[in-house]
Amino acid sequence: MTAASPPFTTVIGLEVHVQLQTKTKLFCGCVTTFGSPPNTQVCPTCLGLPGSLPVMNRCAFELALRAALALNCKIAAFTKWDRKNYFYPDLPKGYQISQFDLPFSYDGHLEVSDPKGAFEPRRVGIIRVHLEEDAGKSMHDEAAGTADSRIDLNRTGTPLCEIVTQPDIRSPQEARAWLNELKLLLVYLGVSDCNMQEGSLRVDANVNLHIPQDDGRIAKTPIVEIKNMNSFRSVERALAYEAERQWGEWQATAAELGSMPKQTRGWDDAAGITRGQRHKEESSDYRYFPEPDLVPVTVTDDQVAAIRASMGEPPAVLRQTLESRWEISAYDADVLVNQGKELVGYFEELATLVGEGKAASNWMQQDVLRCLNERGGAIADFPVRPTAVADIIGRIKQGDFDTSRGREIFAEVLETGKPVADVVAGMGIAAVDDSELKALCAELISANPKIVADVQGGKEQAAGGLIGQAKKKNPNVNPGKVRAMVLELIRSMS
Amino acid sequence: MPAESSPEPSLTPADVKKVALLGRLALSGAELKNLTAELSQIVGFVSQLAAVDTDAVEPLAHPLDAQNVFREDEPAASLPTSEALRSAPRQDGECFLVPAVLGDSGSA
Ligand SMILES: [Zn+2]
Repeated sequence: MTAASPPFTTVIGLEVHVQLQTKTKLFCGCVTTFGSPPNTQVCPTCLGLPGSLPVMNRCAFELALRAALALNCKIAAFTKWDRKNYFYPDLPKGYQISQFDLPFSYDGHLEVSDPKGAFEPRRVGIIRVHLEEDAGKSMHDEAAGTADSRIDLNRTGTPLCEIVTQPDIRSPQEARAWLNELKLLLVYLGVSDCNMQEGSLRVDANVNLHIPQDDGRIAKTPIVEIKNMNSFRSVERALAYEAERQWGEWQATAAELGSMPKQTRGWDDAAGITRGQRHKEESSDYRYFPEPDLVPVTVTDDQVAAIRASMGEPPAVLRQTLESRWEISAYDADVLVNQGKELVGYFEELATLVGEGKAASNWMQQDVLRCLNERGGAIADFPVRPTAVADIIGRIKQGDFDTSRGREIFAEVLETGKPVADVVAGMGIAAVDDSELKALCAELISANPKIVADVQGGKEQAAGGLIGQAKKKNPNVNPGKVRAMVLELIRSMS
Repeated sequence: MPAESSPEPSLTPADVKKVALLGRLALSGAELKNLTAELSQIVGFVSQLAAVDTDAVEPLAHPLDAQNVFREDEPAASLPTSEALRSAPRQDGECFLVPAVLGDSGSA
């Protein structure tokens, strides 16, 4: 840490909802396509019409299991669903089917670390993961000045995993990094697309301060729940703001945890502040009771083993695999893995073709990723394929041209879409043969007696001056070869 | 199983008021008085169960002796929007209309 530590510890717990990547809703066959016209993906079950009955989507349950296993949770052998009762226009049944006392999984953890060491590695405990249905959407156009809200129930009944962490996170930065890791994990495993813009991932945060007192006691400020954060960056900003706000409040009032009911505050991204939300005093009384329309679910060890076996490597394992398999740095492995599964596939194909990881990784970091970021889009659509990059690297290794020339070729292949061989021919790049190189070096040596004298005097690095001149005369020369040839010729002179 | 001595549960008008609020029911003074008495009787009747020793009894999650009922993740037809909205008190052909809702849903 560079700045002075604040006189308090920020204590953060997160509650994350992710939409599971199913084709249909949790309890009916309506599709979950985002952005369809309002109320076109609804049926008697998800509208809560009398006489309809929910039936659990097997795929949703298995994806939820997969998420829980990836989060190192224990899986309950027996699980059931409960009704959470409240009235809201976007909840047509008057209750949400959720899980109360017997969630299907509990007691897990997910670690996060920063490859540059911005914070200590942190293991964040998971209290529980449960499976529930989403509510619909209410829209109110205040500008239009109408007295009505419009209700779209397309989202009603969409499967959600709710993930609740222990209050183990200790800074806004850690919270953001942990969310990035969670998202990466769930996307890798195909559990969710975690698209925040489309509401596939939503975060609420609980935060308070622990303030050491002179008598050794730790004072704790009242816990605040922050809502309405629309990006991980917003989460980080909102938590940083809220920690400062609570510190100011503490200094003014010395109010401690337990002196008031839990407060909910909404994040205003434009203003950069949290605002108190009206407290609904009855809102915490959900009167849960067992859902009579759904029978319980049991899970066997065999089922758990089968799902575990089908999961593939989570990002944390994959980073280590890449590091050891291709002998690249932890930092490089982190960059590659954080770009997603497809990019890792691209890298491994390239490394396999090149026959080693280091060069492949360098080209990924310096060229492929940079151009991909500039262009936008997915790696699958990137026009320069691993075979072409491997071709360029191979030609550099065999001395046809140097890396900077290789970069120019890469850029040209990217721009024109031509094969590497055509670009090389078109740019007039041909390997400089040895006699041509020798003649060029001899010419330079006779024109630069000072450098020759320096080299003869023991300063071999003076030969570098000739490489630049050689490149000017013939851009295709290989700097390494020029250097070797020049030194050889000078040595033979004495 | 009539219980020997079930403690008489007493509901107060405040309890009934709270339940009415949760159920979004507006009760008049007379209704509140009547319901307090009636609900007390109902709760008293049910609370006879408290006399049964259930220490060795597993909580029942569901009255049916069935488990693991699933459907496959296969799309089925949804309702046409006009049908979905048909019995709504108010709608605009696209959405259900309700009195203005401001602020955040208490959901999920
Ligand atoms: Zn439906």
